[in-house]
Amino acid sequence: MRSFARSHATELALLGVMAVICVVLSFASDRFFTLGNAFDLLNTSSVNIIFAVGLLVVLIAGGIDISFAVAASVVQYLAVTFLGWIGGGNWVIGLIVAGATGVALGCINAFLIHQFKIISIVATISTFNIFFGLLMFFTGGVSIYNLPDWMTTRVVLFEREMADGTWAEITLPVVIMALCVFATWALITRTTTGRQLYSFGDNPEGARRFGINIGAMQYIAFGWLGLMAGIAGLVQAHYAQEVVPNALYGRELDVLAAVVLGGARLGGGKGSVLGCILGVLLVSITQNGLNLMGVSPFAFKMIVGAIILAAITLSNTSIERILPFLKSRRASQ
Amino acid sequence: MTALIERLRAALGPEMAGPVAAFVVVVIVFGILAPNFLSAATFGSVAFQLPELGLLTLAMLLPILTGGLNLAITFTANIAGLTLAWVLQSRGGVDAGVGAFILGSMLAIGVGALSGLLMGLVIAYTKAHPILVSLSMMIFLRGLGEFLTRGGDLSGFPAFLAPIGYGTLLGIPVPLLIFIACVGIWHVLLTRMKLGFNTYMIGSNIEATRYSGINTRKVLVLVYTLSGAMCAVAGIIMLARFNSVRVGHGESYLLITVLACFLGGVNPFGGFGRVIPVFIALIVLQLLSSGLNLMGANQHLATAVWGILMITVMILRWVAGRIKFLNAK
Repeated sequence: MRSFARSHATELALLGVMAVICVVLSFASDRFFTLGNAFDLLNTSSVNIIFAVGLLVVLIAGGIDISFAVAASVVQYLAVTFLGWIGGGNWVIGLIVAGATGVALGCINAFLIHQFKIISIVATISTFNIFFGLLMFFTGGVSIYNLPDWMTTRVVLFEREMADGTWAEITLPVVIMALCVFATWALITRTTTGRQLYSFGDNPEGARRFGINIGAMQYIAFGWLGLMAGIAGLVQAHYAQEVVPNALYGRELDVLAAVVLGGARLGGGKGSVLGCILGVLLVSITQNGLNLMGVSPFAFKMIVGAIILAAITLSNTSIERILPFLKSRRASQ
Repeated sequence: MTALIERLRAALGPEMAGPVAAFVVVVIVFGILAPNFLSAATFGSVAFQLPELGLLTLAMLLPILTGGLNLAITFTANIAGLTLAWVLQSRGGVDAGVGAFILGSMLAIGVGALSGLLMGLVIAYTKAHPILVSLSMMIFLRGLGEFLTRGGDLSGFPAFLAPIGYGTLLGIPVPLLIFIACVGIWHVLLTRMKLGFNTYMIGSNIEATRYSGINTRKVLVLVYTLSGAMCAVAGIIMLARFNSVRVGHGESYLLITVLACFLGGVNPFGGFGRVIPVFIALIVLQLLSSGLNLMGANQHLATAVWGILMITVMILRWVAGRIKFLNAK
C-alpha cells in the first residue's frame, strides 16, 4: 500500500483534488452527484480520453505530438467520404477505415522523426500545419452533414430511468473509449513492447545499446496515437453528428494539458493510464460542475486554466519545500 | 574571395545558411512562376503583414533560447490589446487623446509583462515544464478574455491610431519600423548584454549555469517577463491594424511562430539561435504566402506549404550533416 502511494503520488493527489471538488459541487448543486450526471460526464469526455491515452503512449516514448487532433479531422473527412463512396458501411468498417487512416498519418510523423532525426515537436508542428492547411484547402472549409445513417443514430447500450425521471445512459462512445483505454493499458503495462517504450522514453541511447529497436518504438508510439486519433475522430463525428474541418483545431493543447496534469512527463519514461484519465476527468468534472452551478460558460475556461496552473504549481512543489519542518521530522524517524 | 566568404560566414553564423537559401529559392521560384511577384506591391504587402507575426515570434524566441516555450503569446497579446482598448474607450472612445493612448499602451505592456512574470515565477521556482505552465496560462488567458468580452469584439478607436497600423514614414510602413526596432532591441539584448549571455547559458545547461554563480531564477523570470511585454507590443500593433480587438485574433499564429524560430536555425532544446536568421525566416514565410496568394491559392495552402518548407529544411540539414560526416572520414 505504501509503495503504491509512493509510485502513484500524482494519481492519488489528483483523486484527492477530485474528491474535494466533487464534495463541494455536490453541495453546490443537487444535480451534480447523480448517476445520470456521472454517465453524462463519461459520454462527453470519451473523445478526449481516447485522444489522451493515445498521446500518453507518445509522451511515455519521449516524444510529443501536436498534430493528432487535426489528423483526426483529416481522418473524419477521408473516412466519411470513403464510406459514402462504398455506400454506407457500418461501425466495424468505419472503425477499421478510420483506424487505418489514423495509423498511416501517425506513421508519417514517425517516419520524419526516425528517418531524418527531426525532433518530434518540430516534425509534428510541421505536419500539424500541413494536415490542417491541406484539409482546409481541399475541403474549402465546408462541413459534411449527410453522414451515413448508422453513424448518426445514437447507440444506447444501457439505460435506466432514475427516481427523478432523468435517464442514465451508456452510449457507444463510452464503450469504444473503454476498449481503447483497456488496450492502451494492456499495451504499456502487460507487454514487452510497453516496457521497451518506457525504457526508450527514459533513456533512448541506453535503450538502443540494450538492443531495443528504436525505429520500431517510434512507429509503435506514433502509430498507436494515430490509431487512437482515428478512432476518436470517428467517435467525435458520431457525437457531433457532423464533420466540421476545424472542429478539433486547438484540441491538441487541451488534451496535452490534461495528460501532463495526469502525471505523464514531457521528456518520456513516466505516465500511467489511470493518471491520464483522471487528468481529463478533472477538467470535465470542473466544467460540468460549473455548468450545473449556473456559472457563465464564458468563465469556464478561465477557471479551468487557473485550476490547471495551480495544480501544476502544487504538484511540482514538494510538500517539504512549503513546510520544511516535515522533512526534518521524517529524517529523524 | 574565399576569405571574404569565410569572414561573412563567421559574422553571420551557421544558422544563416538555411533561411538565406530558402529566401533565394522562394524569390527565384515565384519570380518565374508568378509574373507580378517581383514588384513593389508584393514587398509592400509583406512589409505590412510581417510585423504581427514577427513581434509574436520575437516573444517566442527568448523562451525557446532558454530551452522552454511560451504558448501563451497570442492570448497575452489579446489581453494586452484589450487593456489598451478599455483605456481608450473609458477616455472617450473615438475622441480619446494621445495621452490616453500612451497611458493605455503602458498599461498594456504592463499587463503583458505581468502575465509573463507569473509564468516566469512558476517556471523558475517549481521547475514545472514551461510547455505546461504556458499552456495553462494560455487556457486561463483565453478564458479570461472570453469572459470579459463575452466573445465579442471591441472597436471604435481614435483616428490617430490608424497610422500605427497603416501609415508609412519615408516610404517604410510604420508597423515594420516598430518591428525592426524590436528586432534591434532583441539583437542587442542577446549579443551585447549580460541577460542575453545568461539566456544562452541557461539554454545550454541550466545546472552548470547555476553552479557558475548566476541567478538562473532571476534570468528565467526576466526572460518570460520580456516575452510577455513583447506580446503586448504585438497586441497594440494588432489593435491598430484591425481597428478592433477580439480574443482569438492571431490565434493561428501560435505554432507558426515556433516554426519560424526553428526555420531560423534556433535549436529546439535551447542555447543556440540568433535574431537575424529568424528575421530572414519570417520574411521567407511571408513571401511564400504572398507568392501563393498571387498565384490564386489561399492562406490555408500557404500554411501547408510552410509546414512542407520546414520539413524540407530539416531534411536538407540532415543530408548536409551526413555529407560532412562522410567528408570527415
